[in-house]
Amino acid sequence: MPQHNQAAPELAAVEFEPLSRGALIAKGVLGAAALYGAAAAGPLVRRAFAQSGSGDIEILNFALTLEYLESAFYDRAIDQVDLSMEVRDFATTIRDDEDAHVTALSETIKGLGGKPVAAPKVEFPFSDEAAFLELAQTLEDTGVSAYNGAGPAIESKELLATAGSIVQVEARHAARVRLARNQPPAPDAFDRALGTKAVLKAVQPFVKS
Amino acid sequence: MRVISVHSFPKLDWIKRFLKLIQVVASAATRGTEQHRIRPSKEAAMRDVKTPVEGDDRLERLAASPMSRRRLFVTGGSAAAVSAFVIACGDDDDDTTTSSSSNGSSADAMSDDSALAQFGKGDLGILNYALTLEYIEAAFYAEVVRSGLFKGANLELIRSFGADEQAHVGALTATVRKLGGKPAPRPKTTFPLDDADSVIDLAATVENLGAAAYLGQAARIENDEVLAAALSIHSVEARHAAALNTLTNQSFVPEGAFAKPADAKTVLDQVQPFLAG
Repeated sequence: MPQHNQAAPELAAVEFEPLSRGALIAKGVLGAAALYGAAAAGPLVRRAFAQSGSGDIEILNFALTLEYLESAFYDRAIDQVDLSMEVRDFATTIRDDEDAHVTALSETIKGLGGKPVAAPKVEFPFSDEAAFLELAQTLEDTGVSAYNGAGPAIESKELLATAGSIVQVEARHAARVRLARNQPPAPDAFDRALGTKAVLKAVQPFVKS
Repeated sequence: MRVISVHSFPKLDWIKRFLKLIQVVASAATRGTEQHRIRPSKEAAMRDVKTPVEGDDRLERLAASPMSRRRLFVTGGSAAAVSAFVIACGDDDDDTTTSSSSNGSSADAMSDDSALAQFGKGDLGILNYALTLEYIEAAFYAEVVRSGLFKGANLELIRSFGADEQAHVGALTATVRKLGGKPAPRPKTTFPLDDADSVIDLAATVENLGAAAYLGQAARIENDEVLAAALSIHSVEARHAAALNTLTNQSFVPEGAFAKPADAKTVLDQVQPFLAG
């Protein structure tokens, strides 16, 4: 690693998590079970990895879980929070994008012979626009890192291309939300890659069943 | 999205796919368990990139092989699913290409190969193509900063985007070297910097193009480390594009829920006006 750092300091800043299919399963299921105990692995983990199908189906179901979560998150803000016109406008656009991702991922999983996971029951701790935007930034940044982390583990190049077209949109969402908060839209030159375990840990607080 | 649409496969296509499958199986057999290897650790993965010649020639074989690990797993069943995905994504251009999903030799891929040939083969060609685009972007922002057209928050944003592009140049250069290649030279550039409005419009155009360019190559990258690096840059270009779109009163998601890729020829044609001599 030190040698690598010398050779490419910029790349060293990127958290690489080259996940193979096997590693993904191990990290997601065994990893969570080992860390928190099998019973504590949580309904989200069990749900996300309920399928015993191929690696791509598991990755797609993992992504679907995140998209369900995001969609519900924006639904809640749009329905229940007093938002400025500007924020309501882009929140609605983002919600519609997440819904489209849910549909596309579900259809693809079915087409591959898998069973799409059900939408998780979620709960989000915000009641005003500022708190909503703060959490939106976290969720979108995490979504980008989740897709970037899963990318190299995707076996089908067509699915990889589609995941790429989704992650680009997630990154655009993240930038839009960040601008609304006067935060740098691109905080780093390289977006981080997160493994499934880290992503699930990040979103676990919002999942109730 | 310009992905393969396979509403109904002509018989010929199924035959092609079957032949491809045989080829895939044969290829897998000759290369043993290579494709199924699980990376033991991040460090080991780094070593793969760092010492492609001494320790592990896997990178070279990947670069030389027409069949990537990724493609290996694409079989008939998933083609139908991909079709469903594409339909679900609302593919609105009437591109009903019926090339097999496991077939990397569609017309698009062919034209992209020839457009990329000047930059090298395989991942090296893609990296040097990306490096050239990053050089153009970095030079653009540097000139914009020097132009004095911007100040305050906008200048800071432009500076930070420029710094990102410069970091991408550094990372791509280092990666090309690690793969044993020669980094593409910095191109001479020229940009129309007339007024702040047109410059920020141009910045938005360039960033949206850059994001589409990375997206266009993602599935063509063979090496997982190179792919991880490209993905980590791709989403940053997307962030730049969304921010600039917002500043110029354009949609931050101009293509809707699914971003569209651009092939190398399209991208190179569009940046041609900025290349001086």
